[in-house]
Amino acid sequence: MSTPVNSLTQYIELYTTHKADINANSAPALNALRPQALSQLTDTALPHTDTEGYERTSIAEMFAPDFGVNIMRMNIPVDVAASFRCDVPNISTLLGIVVNDSFHPTATLHNKLHDGVIFGSLCKNATTHSELVAKHYGSLAPLTNPSVALNTLLCQDGVLIYVPKSVKLEKPLQLVNIFSSPAPLAAFRRILVVLEDDAEARLLICDHAQDNEQQYLASQVIEVIMGRNSIFDLYDIEDSSPNTRRHSMLYASQSDGSNLLVNGMTLECGTTRNDYNIQLPGSHAETTLAGMAIASGTQHVDNNSQVTHTGCSSKSNQLFKYVIDDNATGAFEGGILVAPGAQYTEAYQSNRNLLASTGARMHTKPQLEIYNDDVKCSHGATTGQLDGEALFYMRSRGIPESEARTMLMQAFMTDVIDTVRIPGLCERLHYLVDKRFQGGLRQCGSCGSSCHDTKTKQQ
Amino acid sequence: MDEILLNVTDLRAGIEGKEILKGINLTVRPGEVHAIMGPNGSGKSTLSEVLAGNPAFSVNGGYVDFHGKDLLALSPEDRSHEGLFLSFQYPVEIPGVSMVNFMRAALNAKRKYFNEEPLSATEFLKLMRQKRAIVELDNKLASRAVNEGFSGGEKKRNEIFQMAVLEPRLSILDETDSGLDIDALRIVAGGVNKLRTERNATIVITHYQRLLDYIKPDFVHVLYKGRIVRTGGPELALELEERGYDWIKEEID
Repeated sequence: MSTPVNSLTQYIELYTTHKADINANSAPALNALRPQALSQLTDTALPHTDTEGYERTSIAEMFAPDFGVNIMRMNIPVDVAASFRCDVPNISTLLGIVVNDSFHPTATLHNKLHDGVIFGSLCKNATTHSELVAKHYGSLAPLTNPSVALNTLLCQDGVLIYVPKSVKLEKPLQLVNIFSSPAPLAAFRRILVVLEDDAEARLLICDHAQDNEQQYLASQVIEVIMGRNSIFDLYDIEDSSPNTRRHSMLYASQSDGSNLLVNGMTLECGTTRNDYNIQLPGSHAETTLAGMAIASGTQHVDNNSQVTHTGCSSKSNQLFKYVIDDNATGAFEGGILVAPGAQYTEAYQSNRNLLASTGARMHTKPQLEIYNDDVKCSHGATTGQLDGEALFYMRSRGIPESEARTMLMQAFMTDVIDTVRIPGLCERLHYLVDKRFQGGLRQCGSCGSSCHDTKTKQQ
Repeated sequence: MDEILLNVTDLRAGIEGKEILKGINLTVRPGEVHAIMGPNGSGKSTLSEVLAGNPAFSVNGGYVDFHGKDLLALSPEDRSHEGLFLSFQYPVEIPGVSMVNFMRAALNAKRKYFNEEPLSATEFLKLMRQKRAIVELDNKLASRAVNEGFSGGEKKRNEIFQMAVLEPRLSILDETDSGLDIDALRIVAGGVNKLRTERNATIVITHYQRLLDYIKPDFVHVLYKGRIVRTGGPELALELEERGYDWIKEEID
């Protein structure tokens, strides 16, 4: 096992050796932050289990193996248009695909986008809209966090979403992150979302792995900058593979009156760590932060949230639910911080977990820091087993025990799914979660047919 | 009629190491209605839970024959498929599970048990509509989560609705009258009576004679300290209503 420092060293070496190629295959606005990222990474280590906030997930260990990085932007042969046809029923989306870390628009994307709206490659747009990207790229995600610094050091592409003032996107945007590689691969990608005042957009992200056997590592930083009274939904569904490691970090900042909904759903994974860092400097802003994790086998899901209220009269509501089965582990650490002066804040947090087997483990740490009197806040965490009385009631009506358990687990997730503000997606998620509990999700759920085909062939 | 639907022989059972049923003997034939009465804590609800297979209770001895099947060896779901139905004293609320999905799962599990194809959506909805009418159950309740936010009366009506859908051979009504006003009682009892046939049977567990005005029993049993201490006809219930249980307790203790 590599020591934590070593796991970082290999990436720093990769950068120093291939600096010219990395920069040449990216854009000036992205390259600009690399020297600073490098200096932050000197004499430090990636977070490990001795680091506060990472007790249950060692990022150093996740990044320790020798993954390849596609520095030269070799085109990995995937027939994008033919392979990934989204089949989320009832909703039609504007679809973009990220293969590993490079953006591929679908044929219809350009002519369907509203004037002035950008939904495309971060690298390309960093050249064509360099001022916009330079202004916002790295504005929220701090380089003092070694994981952010590492992402910034090696990130060459990703996605830019820009919605001009008062533009309301009718159709949801959809991003399919798909891993595809003949060798173990690490992708360092970035998603930058900028909504001007009164803008409105919804984004659905689906994470997939093209095959179950290959080792993948995703380092993802999402920055969301929200103007006054803007509305943004982010649905982030992970349906990957046992050999996928994912560290995703979301940083959002909300101006006055803005409304943010984030719902992260881990349906299938290997080792996953999601960080949610939401700042509410504006007044009368609202945040809903929801998450669900379904883990079985030896899967590991760790969600860490920090919602910081600095403006007045804002509301935030956090709801995270886990169902842990077999020998899987779950972890949740959630924080609410109400700063001095953030009067009339309403902030709630709830974490509820079901352990479906004796080998399942859940670690939870809800936290609340209030430096203000005039607030309404609550937090709570519960971990338990399925309700024996409900189980017997269902069995007494003839419903087989395994089916009754599945129905109860699915029911447990209902309120997380019900936060979804796209009706068709809501129904689809109920279906996907149902399928997941029945053990049959490993066939590409909400999008894509290629991974479906690949996986079927392997079986 | 000689056919026996349920034959309970020396049934002993309890919970958390405490024996509650201390040797129950009971024979029920098709077409019959049996009332089981008795003071609080005598074991009435334990008997119904044990017959339905609640894993929280342990069976310590005895045998139960259910139309030729070893009932105690069957899982709760198989007891249901074989035709046993328990109307719960306290129906359980199951947030997030809709009545429709709940009933569809129950019905199709039974059909699968008998190697029948699942019902089509149209057939299923038609059946639901028919059965709802028996207990005048509002369509709105049927589209909600199981028992969630139902009033006491609605919960009991919902139990009889489920009974109507599953068409059991033996129904055990555990204090179905508790928490019901007189109108709800009439509707629930009316539902039970509509579902009676020569082939099926009913065990009514109750504290009060009142329900027996609507569901006429053929036999009345008094359960006391885990045993059936007296069996009689409908007149026994009237006598209990008038005199209470003390005279029986005095005879036994």
